[in-house]
Amino acid sequence: MTPEDTEHLAALLKQRSGLILGSDKTYLIESRLAPVARREGFANVGALLTALRTKRDEKLIYTVTDAMTTNETFFFRDKTPFDQFKSDVLPALAKSRTGDIKIWCAACSTGQEPYSLAMMMEESRAQFPRVNLDILATDISERCLEKAQAGLYTQFEVQRGLPIQMMVKHFEKIDEMWRISPKIRQAVRYKKLNLLDDLRSVGRQDVIYCRNVLIYFDLETKKRVLEQMATLLADDGFLFLGAAETVLGITDVFKPMAGMRGLYVKNQASAAPTVRKFGT
Amino acid sequence: MKTCLVVDDSRVIRKVARRILENLQFEVAEANDGLEALNYCKSSMPNAILLDWNMPVMDGITFLRQLRKEEGGTAPVVVFCTTENDLAHITEALTEGASEYIMKPFDGEILEAKFSEVGLI
Repeated sequence: MTPEDTEHLAALLKQRSGLILGSDKTYLIESRLAPVARREGFANVGALLTALRTKRDEKLIYTVTDAMTTNETFFFRDKTPFDQFKSDVLPALAKSRTGDIKIWCAACSTGQEPYSLAMMMEESRAQFPRVNLDILATDISERCLEKAQAGLYTQFEVQRGLPIQMMVKHFEKIDEMWRISPKIRQAVRYKKLNLLDDLRSVGRQDVIYCRNVLIYFDLETKKRVLEQMATLLADDGFLFLGAAETVLGITDVFKPMAGMRGLYVKNQASAAPTVRKFGT
Repeated sequence: MKTCLVVDDSRVIRKVARRILENLQFEVAEANDGLEALNYCKSSMPNAILLDWNMPVMDGITFLRQLRKEEGGTAPVVVFCTTENDLAHITEALTEGASEYIMKPFDGEILEAKFSEVGLI
């Protein structure tokens, strides 16, 4: 692996997916791209990177970008964002909405986050009989979206974060895999979307889950994504970020909700036009 | 300190579970089968029981039914940990009063997540 090759890779990743490759990421590159190099018939990762730099093979660029993306996720990850949804967000929106509550899981990876929300809504049916969630889940990775849509998970995946009662209720065993029920699967719409692109096609949303994505972006990209999200979010909507993420120091279009870690609302003060009074 | 009884006829599994549980600040006791486990519980009820299904002498589900009839036997939180991984077994375990169910193979992360799910940690 030459420095030219890794620099080119870093620039490519930033341009294509926003991913910032920190310094000394040789190990990460090696571990993520070694399988790709093998599959695509290169002698080693170095050879793959050189080919990436010298040829403009769109398919190869996509495969590499996809492989370098972190897809780590599990059902009810971090728990708090789901508890908060049930205890605060859902009751507030149920009161002020007559139609569907629109939720967008930005960077949904293999679907565990949107499916967790759909399952939770099922569990809360008695409490909110008239509420319906319209869940849109997007990701840059086609590979992840395919898996999400199939709703097929390994034994390991269904044991991470998913209470056994919910597994029994919403999954069936297919050979060695577990498949989520059609009812839950049909509650989520999937769409391929790169957060670096124009996000207007997403449309108006009441709740946005954007967890553990912005950490991979540089400051300017974080700001751009957050500000686009603010224009899509209803004025009384909610934004969930990952436990290690914040808007502070990036943009003032959102502000943290007091006592609610990871939960943000639109900052009306910053959105309102400045009115100057004269002559007083 | 909370106590956890590990019931499994495999010494290796007991050892692995013990190491994970001790890291989670549990005091660990071991039993080789359901009958041994039942005798242990008669002398002192643990807070948690990590329970295999298939064992010689007395299997896990029989032990669980017996345990729940003992004085104070409804108190321990029972988490199955077994290679039986079909819905019929899982449903039966839950019906008999198990709180969670781990399908082998397992690791520290799964065990910790399941114990946390049922409020043991």
